[in-house]
Amino acid sequence: MGSEPAAGAFPLVPGAQVGRWRLVEPVHRGGMAVLWSVVPADVPGRPAGDAAPAIMKIPLLQEDPTSIVGFEVEQMILPRLRGPHVPRVMDIGGFDTQPYIVMERLEEPSLRPRLDESPLHFAEVAQLGMRIAEALHELHEQHVIHHDIKPSNIMFRPGGAAVLIDFGLARHERLPDLLAEQFRLPLGTGPYISPEQVLRNRTDARSDLFALGVVLYHLATGQRPFGAPTSVGGLRRRLYEQPVAPRAIEDAIPEWLQEVILRCLEVDAGLRYASAAQLAFELANPGSVALTARARRMNRRGRWPRLGRILRAISPRPLGLAPAVPLRGAPIVMAAIDLSPDWEAISDAIRTSAQRVLLAEPAARLACVTVLRMNRIAIEAGAEAAAPNRHIQRLVQLQHWARPLGLPPERLSFHVLEAPDPAGAVLEYARANRVDHILVGSRGASSLKRYLGSVSTQLVAEAPCTVTVVKVAREERESGPAQRREPPSSAGSRGDLPPDGLAGGDDVEGAGAAEEPSAGS
Amino acid sequence: MTTAILTDLHANREALEACLEHARDHGATQFVFLGDYVGYGADPGWVLDRVRELVALGAVAVRGNHDEAAAGIEGIRLNTDARRCIEWTRAHLDPGQLDFLARLPLRVLDGPCLYVHANGWDPGGYEYIMGPADAARNLAVVRSRITFCGHMHVPMLYHMGLTQRVEVFSPVPGTEIPLSAARRWLAIPGSLGQPRDGDPAACYATFDELSNLLTFWRVPYDHERAARKIVEAGLPGRYALQLLDGI
Repeated sequence: MGSEPAAGAFPLVPGAQVGRWRLVEPVHRGGMAVLWSVVPADVPGRPAGDAAPAIMKIPLLQEDPTSIVGFEVEQMILPRLRGPHVPRVMDIGGFDTQPYIVMERLEEPSLRPRLDESPLHFAEVAQLGMRIAEALHELHEQHVIHHDIKPSNIMFRPGGAAVLIDFGLARHERLPDLLAEQFRLPLGTGPYISPEQVLRNRTDARSDLFALGVVLYHLATGQRPFGAPTSVGGLRRRLYEQPVAPRAIEDAIPEWLQEVILRCLEVDAGLRYASAAQLAFELANPGSVALTARARRMNRRGRWPRLGRILRAISPRPLGLAPAVPLRGAPIVMAAIDLSPDWEAISDAIRTSAQRVLLAEPAARLACVTVLRMNRIAIEAGAEAAAPNRHIQRLVQLQHWARPLGLPPERLSFHVLEAPDPAGAVLEYARANRVDHILVGSRGASSLKRYLGSVSTQLVAEAPCTVTVVKVAREERESGPAQRREPPSSAGSRGDLPPDGLAGGDDVEGAGAAEEPSAGS
Repeated sequence: MTTAILTDLHANREALEACLEHARDHGATQFVFLGDYVGYGADPGWVLDRVRELVALGAVAVRGNHDEAAAGIEGIRLNTDARRCIEWTRAHLDPGQLDFLARLPLRVLDGPCLYVHANGWDPGGYEYIMGPADAARNLAVVRSRITFCGHMHVPMLYHMGLTQRVEVFSPVPGTEIPLSAARRWLAIPGSLGQPRDGDPAACYATFDELSNLLTFWRVPYDHERAARKIVEAGLPGRYALQLLDGI
């Protein structure tokens, strides 16, 4: 390495000053850029280990417009991104002198070496996939599509969080796409590029899910689903040729994982997951994966069915416009249901609310959750979890509750949490699964409740997302399950009602019998 | 230092008041006006006085085709209704205001920016920048890194990199756009006083030269009042309707 024909007047050698940084040593050389470890220039002679670990990315401007524009794109997008799933940017050097980006140095190796160990155990593949999907979701939430997801662009923090690097092909939904129509060839990396990218459509966040599907396929089977084509003709084959079913290569792969991987690899983006969060959700909850023909397919290579329809669906749309699918249009909605008999009216009202939300958000999925309240002592003593029968009974009840919604299985899942503290369990579930919206019932105003708190108030106070508190008119609760139900109202709108008794005992922890189902109040 | 760039004010007092307040709230300390202060709207005198005050404090202002017509400069082509507006406007401006319009420059260069009303290749010819081809014509001639122009009433951002190919972008209001130094830009903030993209909210933009960030804004204002004043003044009703519909 040493001095490279990079842009700018600076000789790029160890010790050279670039901007307000001093080069220490080159740590990596890629096709488009060199990475140097750097230290702030105002601490001369200080060894790299003493400063915050930083690297400088310097583009190799070899008269290749892609590398120059790609660097512009990265300079534009990376500093705007926040959170643990992207490297933190410390400094930017402009094109007038020496273009560079200084960012935190991530010590962990990328995912790339793991490909050599593949096939990995399916549980690890799912775990890795979930972490990468979480990172993608956070990226998409910030209006950015990566467009170059591949193992060498995925790193991990010591805690396990995935970090996405190299934003040279990225697209920001709200910024000019400097790469659109700039080049005649599809932009991406051969093995991972999505069908719509092959057709030069850069407006769909689900392109990243396709690339992640390729990564997971490779990790799970040890093979690439579409090989490593280099010609445009080779890239186009994925538009009409199905990959070999993963289970035909590696029979230890469970059906649910094949379902997930092949769903990511659908040619029509509309058949993939609606969001990375929904993909992460399924990888974290294998039991909730609805198995279809994808799960059972064992064939070798074949042609996609309904080819004509698919090709129409992904025909190029005008570039430079807003993404085809809003990145935030696919929320995970959680209905927290209390299955006690005297909560029936409220559970009905929650279902009505859920129906409205699902109608407004056709790509939303619903997680139906109830909490089987466990005695804390029993848990600590390692006592058997509430009799399995009880668990299954709750599951069946949840399914019964959801049936009137008429949702297809892939939009629906059921979860019985076992915990001593219903609110805490619901909150933990919402955080872990990146729930966007919680629907929870409340039994109206109660002076006692104001002092003691309730599940719904705790959720409103602590949930990381929107919470809708569903209530039912008081008269109806007293007369049992409803004939004439009023629409559920928002939290706090029933303050004029006299306090109700704590008949269910569900407001005070431990007041009711242990192991009562409870996820409301 | 944040500069607010406002254009195609068209004698709309309510929109100008709202945008100036919005710009100050967002840290603007400098103001640039890209012309067409008058025409269509019912408050040409009030609008011109505000612009003159700001110019006296260092603001930049260039001349638009409606300003030329109102100032009595010959050769400006306008349709019948617009011509009626200009005659009404002339009758409602005092000599000082007309003189201000007549003396405005057609183009101003300021650091990396060129300010013009219609285009950079012939500011006095008032040809429109209707798409990438016109933008390319501008970027081929103008040496400044960023051209700001009005005349087109819909906000738009064109850019050209090393491949010399011009791209167009429809800006999202309130989003800071970094204007990479590796390419050249043509920004059209959109009309403050006569928006024409279906949204009645007033358009303008802010630019921070140090951070190189450009932001397009949409500012809601009492457009019904502005429309009513057009009708009450006896000006062509279509200009009132355009304020209500934003088209």
